Amino acid sequence: MEFLSDIASLINSTLRISTPLVFAAMAGIFAERSGVIDFSLEGKMLMAAFVAAVGSYYLGNPWLGLLLAIIVCVCLSMLHGFASVTHKGDQVVSCVAINILIIGLTTALAAAWFGQAGLTPTLNEDQRFLEIHLPFADALRDIPVIGTLYSDILSGHYVFVYLAYLSVPLVFWIVFKTSFGLRLRAVGENPSAVDTAGINVFTMRYKALAINGVLIAFAGAHLSTAVNANFFREMSAGRGYLALAAMIFGKWHPKTALIACLLFGFTDALQIRLQGVELPAIGEIPVQLIQALPYILTVVLLAGFVGKAIAPNAIGQPYIKER
Amino acid sequence: MSNIVVDKSKVPWWVSNVIVPLVNLTLALLVSGLFVFIAGENPIEAVKLIIYGSFGYIQGFAYTLYYTTNFIFTGLAFAVAFHCRLFNIGGEGQAYIGGLGVFLVAINLSFLPVPIVWLLAIFGAFLFGAAWAYIPAYLQSKRGSHVVITTIMFNFIASSLMIFLLVDVIRDTNQMAPHTVKLPEEIWLPSFEAFSGILGVKIRYSPLNLTFLLAIASLFFVWFLVWKTKWGYEMRAVGHNTQAAIYAGISPHKNIIIAMCISGGLAGLLGVNEILGVSHKIQAGFPAGYGFTGIAVALMGRNHPIGILPAAFLFGILYQGGSEVTFEMPNITRYMFVAVQGLIILFSGALENLFRPQIESFFVRRLNREVNA
Repeated sequence: MEFLSDIASLINSTLRISTPLVFAAMAGIFAERSGVIDFSLEGKMLMAAFVAAVGSYYLGNPWLGLLLAIIVCVCLSMLHGFASVTHKGDQVVSCVAINILIIGLTTALAAAWFGQAGLTPTLNEDQRFLEIHLPFADALRDIPVIGTLYSDILSGHYVFVYLAYLSVPLVFWIVFKTSFGLRLRAVGENPSAVDTAGINVFTMRYKALAINGVLIAFAGAHLSTAVNANFFREMSAGRGYLALAAMIFGKWHPKTALIACLLFGFTDALQIRLQGVELPAIGEIPVQLIQALPYILTVVLLAGFVGKAIAPNAIGQPYIKER
Repeated sequence: MSNIVVDKSKVPWWVSNVIVPLVNLTLALLVSGLFVFIAGENPIEAVKLIIYGSFGYIQGFAYTLYYTTNFIFTGLAFAVAFHCRLFNIGGEGQAYIGGLGVFLVAINLSFLPVPIVWLLAIFGAFLFGAAWAYIPAYLQSKRGSHVVITTIMFNFIASSLMIFLLVDVIRDTNQMAPHTVKLPEEIWLPSFEAFSGILGVKIRYSPLNLTFLLAIASLFFVWFLVWKTKWGYEMRAVGHNTQAAIYAGISPHKNIIIAMCISGGLAGLLGVNEILGVSHKIQAGFPAGYGFTGIAVALMGRNHPIGILPAAFLFGILYQGGSEVTFEMPNITRYMFVAVQGLIILFSGALENLFRPQIESFFVRRLNREVNA
């Protein structure tokens, strides 16, 4: 029984930890399918975390904080578009600029407004998202298997967890089953053909980036107003890059990207459990090695299994309309 | 906006290489001023403090040059890889591991006569930094793993690895803090204090040391390597057009590996300045963001040693003057200057074409008028 509840709590934390990765990977799919590289997921997630925390602290409502985060992230996506779509600047440079700018700006403003440590004030219960307990969760807990499944794994998550997993089929439907999705993919594969068909390449890319901004805002808000009750310095901790690796590993496809995100989440959940545990024959694993596991896994996934990942054909290239 | 067509051959070199970068820099600094204002301080006062802090007194100026040294290394590191179209944003991790190289060589070979142990330590720094860049380079060229993600991951891994070593393996066991023992004093690189007497000034302490000359030498080294050797040509060919390079018989794999290793090695040299020159021990997190600043330095200096030198100096001013600002203005922390770096990368890298057509056509028209008159 002990073993079963261990597994249940491991799955539970996997679902929770994967949530920001899933949002970020879905955001990445929109940008990259339209032909715009987006390494700036990391920076946008951090900015969303900061804005959501500060917003709900002052406005007293986490939903308003989320709304502000969405607005700011869409603006950042537009900035990326302005540099790399309109002005045909280098897309990677634009992303690196946004990431470094946000690391500096969030911490500098948190320090200027709330004191030197670069933390935002702790949010109270009204200002943050709380865990949602599904109906009858307590009543069903004692039933074997179903009880564990329903009460310990499915119930008791933040709203973002449910939204993240709902977003995956939605993204799949938009990208692969609608005419908007067809155009989106075509713009990333062969922009000049799309242009010939009378569709504005630039508008399509801006639309994709706008959706990207909305999705990534959820990831940041999840970090600072749900699992944590404040913003702290560099709290995104590379999750934007992990999500991007998951997306590439998932071959720019929502379903496979989801699996890769869950794999990252599982590794992370496992690393928290492994800390300080004596393993038979090996002894205690150094805590630094365990903490580096998600990063090592990223490199291994990118190197080992992807092989020839087929990126959208026109990715990274600014579209130049012929005169 | 994009309708302006400028005949590139008619644009004088100083317009595209001096005027346009200066306009972009000015824009970045104006937006930075706005951020300082949002943080609740007076931007003009901040500028005054920066200028005083970096030029106002001899010790401050020595600090400015010390920071310049670090930025030359990391700026060159980014630039070399960039000429092969590789985004080495792992300068931070490569510098960290480079520091390990300096320390291991210096502590184990400290019985050797002084200039030899210095040379070997410099070599150690280069080798360790290059080795840390080798794996992402290999994965990029053989497996197509994007070098931006892998180098970032290697920054995280380097940080974990070094903390592990500093806590469990090479920690100074007499201390609680995670740092190593100090190197023997005989092999420290002479600092600026030793020379200041000759120049007729007296200062108590300065981190500026002989590594500054190594940095200047690296500028020449990179210029020669990239623009004057066959390998430099091949590397730029791969960066410019991989397909054409393959048809010309140039191996992209070989050039990607070499470019990344030289890049990592240059980043590793930062360890020489920090460990052989200044702190004489490895402290946790000593690269302190210099690796990332290198990206801004290189992009502002248009990836050329002649541009990187003034760009590194400018960042030296920002860092040293910035510490004066953080001391005097409680609302400004050093992270504000990280944001400034981001803005400089944005305006002189990604948005470098924002006003370029307008500026270039303005000068071309004016020069035409002078010719016709």
